[in-house]
Amino acid sequence: MNLKTSILDYINDVKSGSFSVEEFTSATIQRIKDVDGDVHAYLSLNQSAIDDAIIIDKKISAGEKVGVCYGFPISIKDNICITGSKTTCASKILENFVAPYTATVVNKLQSEDAIITGKTNLDEFAMGLTTEFSAYGPTKNPWNLKYVPGGSSGGSAASVAANECLASLGSDTGGSVRNPASFCSVVGLKPTYGLISRYGLISYANSIEQIGPVTKTVKDCGFLLNIIAGQDSNDDTTIDNANSDYLSDIEQGIDGKKIGIIKEMTSDGLSPEVSAATKDAIHDFEKLGAHCEEVSLPTIPYTVAAYYTITSTEAGSNLARYDNIRYGYDFESEGYEYNSYISKSRTKFGPEVTRRIILGGFVPSAGHAGKYFLKSLKVKSKLISEVNSAFEKYDFLISPTAPVQPFQFGEKIDDPITLMLLDYNTVTANLTGKPAISVPYCVTDGLPIGMQIIGNSKSEKSLLQAAYALESKTELPEVPL
Amino acid sequence: MTKIGLEIHCQLTKLESKLFCSCKANYREFEPNHNICPVCMGLPGSLPRLNQKAVESATSIAMALNCKTPEKIAFFRKNYFYPDLPKNFQITQLNVYGDMSIGGEGYVDVEGKKIKIRRVQLEEDPGRLIYEGESERTKITLVDYNRAGTPLVEIVTDPDFENPRQVRVFLNILSDLLENLGVSEPGLEGAMRADGNVSIEGGNKVEIKNIGSFHDLEKALHFEITRQESLSERDIEIIQETRHWDDRRKITVSSRSKEEDQDYRYFLENDIPWVKIDQGIITSLQKDMPESISSKKERFVEKFDIAPQVADILASDKYYSDLFENAHSDSDAKDIANLITTDLMGLVDTKEKREESKLISQHLSDLVAAINDKTLTRTSSKIALQEIVKSGKSVKELLIEMDLGQVSDSSEIESIIMEVFEEEKQAVLDAKENPETVNYLVGKVMQRTHGKADPELTLTLLKKSLGIK
Repeated sequence: MNLKTSILDYINDVKSGSFSVEEFTSATIQRIKDVDGDVHAYLSLNQSAIDDAIIIDKKISAGEKVGVCYGFPISIKDNICITGSKTTCASKILENFVAPYTATVVNKLQSEDAIITGKTNLDEFAMGLTTEFSAYGPTKNPWNLKYVPGGSSGGSAASVAANECLASLGSDTGGSVRNPASFCSVVGLKPTYGLISRYGLISYANSIEQIGPVTKTVKDCGFLLNIIAGQDSNDDTTIDNANSDYLSDIEQGIDGKKIGIIKEMTSDGLSPEVSAATKDAIHDFEKLGAHCEEVSLPTIPYTVAAYYTITSTEAGSNLARYDNIRYGYDFESEGYEYNSYISKSRTKFGPEVTRRIILGGFVPSAGHAGKYFLKSLKVKSKLISEVNSAFEKYDFLISPTAPVQPFQFGEKIDDPITLMLLDYNTVTANLTGKPAISVPYCVTDGLPIGMQIIGNSKSEKSLLQAAYALESKTELPEVPL
Repeated sequence: MTKIGLEIHCQLTKLESKLFCSCKANYREFEPNHNICPVCMGLPGSLPRLNQKAVESATSIAMALNCKTPEKIAFFRKNYFYPDLPKNFQITQLNVYGDMSIGGEGYVDVEGKKIKIRRVQLEEDPGRLIYEGESERTKITLVDYNRAGTPLVEIVTDPDFENPRQVRVFLNILSDLLENLGVSEPGLEGAMRADGNVSIEGGNKVEIKNIGSFHDLEKALHFEITRQESLSERDIEIIQETRHWDDRRKITVSSRSKEEDQDYRYFLENDIPWVKIDQGIITSLQKDMPESISSKKERFVEKFDIAPQVADILASDKYYSDLFENAHSDSDAKDIANLITTDLMGLVDTKEKREESKLISQHLSDLVAAINDKTLTRTSSKIALQEIVKSGKSVKELLIEMDLGQVSDSSEIESIIMEVFEEEKQAVLDAKENPETVNYLVGKVMQRTHGKADPELTLTLLKKSLGIK
């Protein structure tokens, strides 16, 4: 049995009877037991995965209707709720939070007979780019265990890269799906804002974040998107996607398409390896028949500052509910004074979350909002109009997903500003609401590099066509684990 | 000059569900924490779903208050920590990028004076704190989230009131208006709350919070005006502050400065997209808008010649006006109006009595018809009305059962007159001397017939027997 298979190949194999769902699930769980002690992609496992597999096998052998997933194993980032499972956000403050309801995306997967393997690690409340800010220890990069897997959906990307499942759902607020996808050499999509329901995703910065699939292939990404995209009555921000089929015509190619190479994301700050890979990728796009030229989006240098101002403001508000009154952890209250109670109850947040809550209390406050928060909103709207006019001319905008390759643990954790700059190429898609995908492009010196393609709003179908075209040009080694 | 402004909170109690989830808007009938869900509890990962009906109800309030309504509205987060606030922010409205609240720039006529409505906004009610235990040491604070997320409309006036009496009249008008619109039941406990602000000539504005009832509001305003005036007389500066009404001591007390300095860090609630208020919705709300109390009153006076004070009572109380509208025809309108305001009012003056009452509008038209065709006297009709409220029996049934039918048989009345003459010899002499005293004898006849004798016929027969005109 080949655990390195794609979802689509897996489904064909199950349908043709090559192996049973139970066999594959058991093998996957064994794989997790074998490697996850090193990788630490998972925070908790679904104890009923095998039982779920047996039920699906019975349906198959009885000739009953089976969901399109045929029991393929998928992991879920631990900031997405599933009834009865712990949903910790990799935080001590939600250490014992058992969700009483299931996120829309998980409901959709389960009703199509996907099997949830477990919940994956992340930076606490999805704030970070390395998973080093998880309260339960970092996830390691399967390509080299001394290196960070990216973040915040590091557990999701690593679990897919290490073949501990066939796919995963992460969340992307400023690059949290694409960055680890790039670092772990898997496909990661941040869809158009509103394409996928956020109901059940624990909010960090709700105005810009989206749940996104992490997969081994671009086709698998389209397959998953077909299941989880679409309007949801539980999320007023979801948009109508007219039941698009993201998988059909995915091999159409990009002959004659116009591609803008974002100047601000491809000049300063790139490592030599990433820079070289980017040049190669541009040649590949041209060989595929696309016309590439450089485009300047002059607001981009201001986006990281705007991003952290806006996300901290929303985080300060979204995380205010963790006051340990209705759920939380054992806590000895010293007195009845509410303010001191609140301060004490919130000391369990880790350093990065604390940093952003403090920032989020300051930047939108009376007297400072004009200088920080409101100015950031102006940057955001200026960026939107710049990007919109770029899409009048180009079908896609491209850049490397991250300016550098994965780095070693501890290398950057004490330097918050440098860490924040890792988001430089990814936050634009979040601030503008546009879809963006990271495609594994090459592995240089044993460490992966991914390319980012940004599309116009609701253009996931053609975005996946471009991603598939680029993927077809690549030849990637197997993960050494 | 004294200036008073108000901030009124009114729950949309007539709605089926809460503002952002499908829990009941009517939380009052539940055990504590039994009307809650992940959304109104603000559980991690839950998202608000805007109740469109609440937007419509709030818009109709704004329209009834003569407000302008914007083309689209937005919601904001008001961030502060309080144990009754599940998310530690309240979803409310704010006008920062132009007018984005439900309504604004309206007015209400209060005895010829225009009270300006600054803003009408839609927001969620928090939960409730319940304190138990005697002393500080044994005190326990309990939280009931049943109310959390109940749709609440905040109405903010300009400081246009000159005295607490005007405030009272305004609140009565507003309360009638909300009930008439069918969006709220202001009589329900906690459904309508008001805070006030007061400034006197040359002084700063002082806000008063924590006021339990309209009655207390009036008391609090009186206290605050007196307090400010006495400070002013002694040349002590009135500082701008928030004061709390101490219900036990009946005074206002300065709030701790910490609470005043609260920075709410308002920003857009992005989980709720901007809501376009479609012109079609406005038109249909306008079409369905019940007749205003003032135009109702005007119509009653002009069309039916009902006395203005009677029309006022009828129009401003939805219960009476509904009864009236259903009972009257063009010919008996005035009689029905009088019957309601003289005889019925005392019988159904509380919510409980109204709920228990078996009376329907048909009873009123039947009663007036019986009085007018002389099968029933006015006196008997009062007895009948009491019985109807109690039992709901028809007028026809009661006429038979209670022997209330009017006596209009001349010989029967004449024989009773003779009996009265026997007993009231002095009165008979008096009446012959002074015909105006004859009413005393009429009364005696009515007494003997338990009010059933036809009063006009009795008078005619009496005069005939006495030989007077």
